[in-house]
Amino acid sequence: MTYRIQAALLGAALLGAMSAHPAAAETIKIGVILTYSGPMASLGDQIDKGLSLYVKEHEKDLPPGTTVEIVRRDDTGPNPETAKRLAQELITRDHVNFLTGVVWSPNALAIAPLTAEAKVPFIVSNAAAVTVPRLSPYVARVSFTLWEECLPLGQWAASKGGLKKVFIAVSDFAPGHEAAQAFTKGFKDAGGQIVDSVAFPLKDPDFVPFMQRVKDAKPDAVFVFVPSGKQATAVMKAYNDLGMKADGIKIIGPQDIVPDEELPSMGQEPLGVITAGTYSNAAQRPANKAYVAAWTREYGTKTMPGFMSVGGWDSMAAIFSAINATKGHVDGDKVMAVLEGWKNPQSPRGEIMIDPDTRDIVQHIYIRRVEKLGDRLANIEFVTLPMTKDPWKELNPPK
Amino acid sequence: MTSETAAPLAVEALVRGHRLRLVEIAPWLIGGLAYFLFPDYLALGAQILIGIIFSLSLDLILGYAGIVTLGQAAFFGAGAYTAGLLAAHGWGEPLSALVAAGAVAAILGLISGAIILRTRGLTLLMLTLMISFMLQEAANKAGSITGGADGLQGMAVWPVLGVFHFDLYGRTAYLYCLAVLFLAWLAARRIVHSPFGRSLTGIRENEARMHAIGSPVFGRRLVIYTIAAAFAGVAGALLAQTTQFVALEVLSFERSGAGLIMLIIGGVGRLYGPFIGVPLYMIAQDRFAQADPVYWDFWIGLLLILVVVFARGGVLGLADQLRRRLRRTR
Repeated sequence: MTYRIQAALLGAALLGAMSAHPAAAETIKIGVILTYSGPMASLGDQIDKGLSLYVKEHEKDLPPGTTVEIVRRDDTGPNPETAKRLAQELITRDHVNFLTGVVWSPNALAIAPLTAEAKVPFIVSNAAAVTVPRLSPYVARVSFTLWEECLPLGQWAASKGGLKKVFIAVSDFAPGHEAAQAFTKGFKDAGGQIVDSVAFPLKDPDFVPFMQRVKDAKPDAVFVFVPSGKQATAVMKAYNDLGMKADGIKIIGPQDIVPDEELPSMGQEPLGVITAGTYSNAAQRPANKAYVAAWTREYGTKTMPGFMSVGGWDSMAAIFSAINATKGHVDGDKVMAVLEGWKNPQSPRGEIMIDPDTRDIVQHIYIRRVEKLGDRLANIEFVTLPMTKDPWKELNPPK
Repeated sequence: MTSETAAPLAVEALVRGHRLRLVEIAPWLIGGLAYFLFPDYLALGAQILIGIIFSLSLDLILGYAGIVTLGQAAFFGAGAYTAGLLAAHGWGEPLSALVAAGAVAAILGLISGAIILRTRGLTLLMLTLMISFMLQEAANKAGSITGGADGLQGMAVWPVLGVFHFDLYGRTAYLYCLAVLFLAWLAARRIVHSPFGRSLTGIRENEARMHAIGSPVFGRRLVIYTIAAAFAGVAGALLAQTTQFVALEVLSFERSGAGLIMLIIGGVGRLYGPFIGVPLYMIAQDRFAQADPVYWDFWIGLLLILVVVFARGGVLGLADQLRRRLRRTR
């Protein structure tokens, strides 16, 4: 009998917890899942710094009485199972109103279906696999897709970049395959030829044997995608150690291979590397100058902001817009209604928008070259492809 | 001491170990109560229960039979992918998938065991490790089947017994895992107290003597290795079904290692070692990771060092020592 009463009480409490809508003048909880430990922790650090900075700078703009509480969780790297459990706990235990962060596509692919059941908006700060927003109507992405960057890069490389034969070397997981497919399509359609391809293991790769194969094939250039951070530096080191530059083999790829924050540890090797990307901290836009200034005020000049930090910053910008537009009544459906078609003309990377149909990001894609800027290296944008949508979603409409 | 007085004493000790003691109800009482007391923690709870089954499988081979392995995740992963692939390709019935996963893992255990159990010591250790590495790399390369590093997508697990849906809060998952753990415990308890279980302990303690009395050492080691593989496979299948996801991590060295660490914390060669060690480790990990998402690994490491230095034989070993000391002072 007492057991029944207890069970009934618990059931009622659970129902109450599930249906309780946070009213205005309340604390809005934002669950952040990032890689805070392990060999890839620098990526989580970038995004965390970006989103924390946004909260610090814009907390005063929230509706009166509303505050945000950030609940941080460490997924330790590309571990989809851990990430899924953390998301589940953030939803059921901490009752978060938003989920954000997530460096890794496998992790985002595991988390996304949960948000459909829980009706918790999930703002993806980085994970780039093309299918992520299709897995749940409560997912919106503010980062990029590899198709968005690599298809135009392929076209540019064959038509204007003067490259004829390219070797493809990418990390062996969804974004890597997507980068390879997109570049191949763009490059071949514009008359280029793909010589061969290799795939690096995602975790703890040794790049030298793979790059040796590239070197032996003597292509004009190697198209590389690795998941940014320290792996980017390691690829550049392998490229350097094997003397591939002297052999006339160029290196091209998406921005992940020359992230702004890693450039200082790459030496002079990346000079002249051409990439397609969404953000460079050397860009002269006023919004970016303000961002970099706020960053150095807060964190000093030891680590510089890279594109991942901007993903964190814009995630919070989207969440804050949703909180303000709903006056703190952050019901899942209302939030998604705000985010579909949401625009931020003041992003450090230029104007961005969330496509109302796909909930994926629309933004300028820049072709950039690594050049000397004063005493440091920087990604200098020289071609702008305005307001680019994810081409994969246009080539593969939902069934 | 003559054999006339020793024999009844030995018989009594054996029977005493076999008999169900009152304290053995405690884990199930706690497990049942936890369902009502911590409704927000059931997802973690289910993972702890799965961890206990996995650790129990290690205890059977390491603790009782003395087979040192670093590759038990191979069987865990084989079970997880079996259940996962079945559910992803239209057969989401959980109980039959559990049996299938156990069977696949057992077959794998039988085949690999028949080869590697002919070796001893470090060679055996390396071989177990290599088998799990090989399986993990195979699963990574067979991306079109397993999803590779992105994980297995699109699992659809049907309700348990056609009634209980796997819910977001982990209620079904928890009770389902608790029921399977209970069955696993019954089986393990039966095994370790049986003459077969006793002979395993004999092999662990003095293999030459077991050979001398005509015990089929290799056969017995192979049987327990196969049974433990089935246990690990069932644990893996439970993880796949309750999280509706399978990642390469199920085959990783980290999982084998963590299972071993949890067993050591609880107490190796004791039926209840996993029941103490797994909850202790996983709850500590959960608390540390929340309190300090950046440096939580450090605190876990500190805990492990303390256990190894001050609690040889694990928490249960420490409890025994304390009990003995109390008796002496009395």
